[in-house]
Amino acid sequence: MTVDSIHNGIVIDHIAAGCGMKLYHLLGLDHTEASVAIMMNVTSHRMGRKDIIKIDGDLPLNFDVIGYVDPDATVNIIQDGRLKEKKRVPMPTRLENVLRCKNPRCISTTEQELPQVFLLTDAGTKEYRCAWCETRAAGI
Amino acid sequence: MRSIIDIPDLSLAELDALMDRAEDIIARPDDYADACRRKKLATLFFEPSTRTRLSFEAAMYELGGQVISVAGADASSVAKGESIADTVKTVSCYADIIAMRHPKEGAARVASMNASIPVINAGDGGHAHPTQTLADLLTIRREKGGFSGLTVGLCGDLKFGRTVHSLLNALSRYENMRFVLISPEELKVPSYVKSEALKKKNIPYTQETDLERVIGDLDILYMTRVQRERFFNEEDYLRLKDSYILTPEKLKKAKKDLCVMHPLPRVNEISVAVDQDPRACYFRQVLYGKFMREALILMLLKEAGTL
Repeated sequence: MTVDSIHNGIVIDHIAAGCGMKLYHLLGLDHTEASVAIMMNVTSHRMGRKDIIKIDGDLPLNFDVIGYVDPDATVNIIQDGRLKEKKRVPMPTRLENVLRCKNPRCISTTEQELPQVFLLTDAGTKEYRCAWCETRAAGI
Repeated sequence: MRSIIDIPDLSLAELDALMDRAEDIIARPDDYADACRRKKLATLFFEPSTRTRLSFEAAMYELGGQVISVAGADASSVAKGESIADTVKTVSCYADIIAMRHPKEGAARVASMNASIPVINAGDGGHAHPTQTLADLLTIRREKGGFSGLTVGLCGDLKFGRTVHSLLNALSRYENMRFVLISPEELKVPSYVKSEALKKKNIPYTQETDLERVIGDLDILYMTRVQRERFFNEEDYLRLKDSYILTPEKLKKAKKDLCVMHPLPRVNEISVAVDQDPRACYFRQVLYGKFMREALILMLLKEAGTL
């Protein structure tokens, strides 16, 4: 399977297989006009199977989302057809307006313009809790 | 501006200092009779409360201060849709300190971020109720002389009970404690609470379903209410609800110096006949709560530079 190379944009590689769509939605790529390719269950020497997202265009992305979904994913920034930067995004300690608290009794469901904030409470288990009511976020 | 939203907001040294202050207020109440003269406590209670609200108000009056209040959400601008942020910004113009109860979890945190005066969380839904835990701590210290070497039994709804989680957090900071967690299978302490409060600190604990089997081992018995609405089916509730009714008969198997506590209100989980037993500490617990609230108000007003 081949996808055209991109001139300016971002390639998110080595996403754990099955997490690509979650990352696509959390990055808001379903609401962009840029060309986006998602490849799922691609064969990988290192991982066995992996997902890849290619974004054609210079989009402002919330990189914390990538670290939240998969801190082992590789972010490749392409400029003028060349690899400008390659990096991993560590698990963020704070996520703002990425997740929504599922607790119907949480103050974030009613308070005007209160941001949805989640804090990393256990890096070992990737546990995030709502900063307001401390309800645990649903897993990836 | 320092506020108290949950028990982890207070260090072990601060918990001890608050208890020391409360003991001093008990011993020398006249010395504190004008401590908060011309200072105002605003009690913002957006859901029903008897003990906590009166306790805060009595505490402020005993310190020589005054109280202004909102009598429920229906009587305030919150009924018109005003946010918590705007409410506390307004109240900050009138009062020196706020005690707030709100049905939404996290409401007190939002209030503390917007008020220009200290906020004390007097209960935010099922999330936290730190001054109840302060009352519990002083009760244990007054009744048992300290914390070391105690076997504490927590009984009833250990899954949803906010007082149990906060008390575990506070007591687990003291050395040489042991816990017996007595509950139906359906209402055991959540694993994340056990992990944080007990397992990470290697604190010994056992989980039991039969109160009578372990009551003789306990120095403290902290009763809570088993709530019907927590059960998925009526059969389980009916099967379990009477397991944890404390009666004089069950107390016969307990130590002579057991301390029976309850955050109140009780429904039927402690027989009224137990009230006559000197081991029943739950009404003294209410009294100690008032003194701890006095100590907390003093601490926060001093830190804010108001006193």
